[in-house]
Amino acid sequence: MSQSAGKLIDENGIRTDGRKVDELRPMKLSVGVLSNADGSAYLEQGKNKILAAVYGPREVHPRHLALPDRALLRCRYHMAPFSVEERKSPAPSRRELELSKVIREALEPTIFLEQYPRTSIDLFVEVLQAHGGTRCAGITVASLALADAGIPMRDLVVACASGKVGGKIVLDLNDIEDKEGEADVPVAFMPNLNAITLLQMDGLLTIEEFEKALDIAIEGCRRTYALQKETLKAMYVAIKEGVEEE
Amino acid sequence: MSSIMVSRIRQRQIAQLIASGKRLDGRGLTDYREIKVEPGIIEKAEGSAMAYIGRTKVLAGVKIETGEPFSDRPNEGALTVNSEFVPLASPEFEAGPPGEESIELARVVDRGIRESKAIELEKLCIVPGKKVFVVFVDVYVLNHDGNLIDAAALASLAALLNTKMFNYEVQDDEVKILPGFTQLPVVNYPIALTFAEINGKLILDPGLDEEEVMDARFTVTFEKSGKVCAMQKSGRGAFTKERILEATKIGQQKAEEIRRMVI
Repeated sequence: MSQSAGKLIDENGIRTDGRKVDELRPMKLSVGVLSNADGSAYLEQGKNKILAAVYGPREVHPRHLALPDRALLRCRYHMAPFSVEERKSPAPSRRELELSKVIREALEPTIFLEQYPRTSIDLFVEVLQAHGGTRCAGITVASLALADAGIPMRDLVVACASGKVGGKIVLDLNDIEDKEGEADVPVAFMPNLNAITLLQMDGLLTIEEFEKALDIAIEGCRRTYALQKETLKAMYVAIKEGVEEE
Repeated sequence: MSSIMVSRIRQRQIAQLIASGKRLDGRGLTDYREIKVEPGIIEKAEGSAMAYIGRTKVLAGVKIETGEPFSDRPNEGALTVNSEFVPLASPEFEAGPPGEESIELARVVDRGIRESKAIELEKLCIVPGKKVFVVFVDVYVLNHDGNLIDAAALASLAALLNTKMFNYEVQDDEVKILPGFTQLPVVNYPIALTFAEINGKLILDPGLDEEEVMDARFTVTFEKSGKVCAMQKSGRGAFTKERILEATKIGQQKAEEIRRMVI
């Protein structure tokens, strides 16, 4: 990441997209958006547009991958070729393979996998449009898709990045801030269990700056968590009202 | 990884020992195994080094070629890190395209070198926007006894410090090789430290048997002034914030000790 000339934050502390340093991008969440999947969810956050779908618990293919004591959780994070400025080859890149792994490991701690031995739970995160922070947004939306599929979980997982931009610790980096900023710290968190399930960092931070970044990322997660819960509740209210009308 | 390497009984023994502050090989919870680095193993490579952490053995080789710069960095040389889990290193490794563990390892090592600006990439530009030197770091895991990331980071750093580039001049945008060599400009020394959480306790430098028992893993890389330049949580478990900060503080001190040992 390159040190930019401080244009990313102006003299009033306002960022390129008009946000304050501790402000999240507006987020829209919906669940049950795909009829074929056992669970699905859709997210829009600024220009990020991400779909997540869950299939399972179902029979494992190939069969030899089945685990005797728990379900096998598989995850594919993938970006559409048209999701970014320059066309991205649809073949999975090394970045996508790494993110598939860390997203899976961010969600694994919350699922009661031991309740479904010898099955697989397959999770697909498809980034339709990317504008920074897609791994975090992907976790937030995937966790809703898991809930929509009725898979028993210890908590919802919610993710949010923080970082250092123009010398300041800021919340929820957008595309430009991610590329030009000094550091990026994606965090996934289970608010009820107070547990960090994903943590990455690149850039340069002192330990004190890192601590601050981690704190505001967790705070950002808590705020998004409220929206996740609202989204799920709203779906059940809608179902209940639908039933009562009949 | 499956549990064919360590029996269930041994796994339980390791976890119980760690709960009481001890480890199977007699180390304290935040003790590192013996580290050894041997630079200059492969004559045909521009740079190379073998790193040992206990019985873990990793070879890194550096090759330098000319190539095109990245479009967003037209005046800088390029760096690529790859890793190969060679099948001779472990009964668990198979030949074939790199798996996610291998890709993750290479990307964490890459992040440490890149974000600490260890290589002065702007000095590797030949013709701006057209031709630059590309530094290929290839990590070869030769014996897997746990903590491959730290060993790979050490081997890569030592190999880069050992890398010599041929002298050259530019004639009509073409590189002409001149006699003699110069040292690759390496100005920072990132050190990766990997922790594991087992049975509620934090341990440094997990061995293979401990990796099979661990709940989660956390790697933090420090550059020479003590700043963090890369982090990666991995594994099926989770950490508390306090645990992460504890590991980061222990890591900062240990990184300095290891750096003094290696450089």
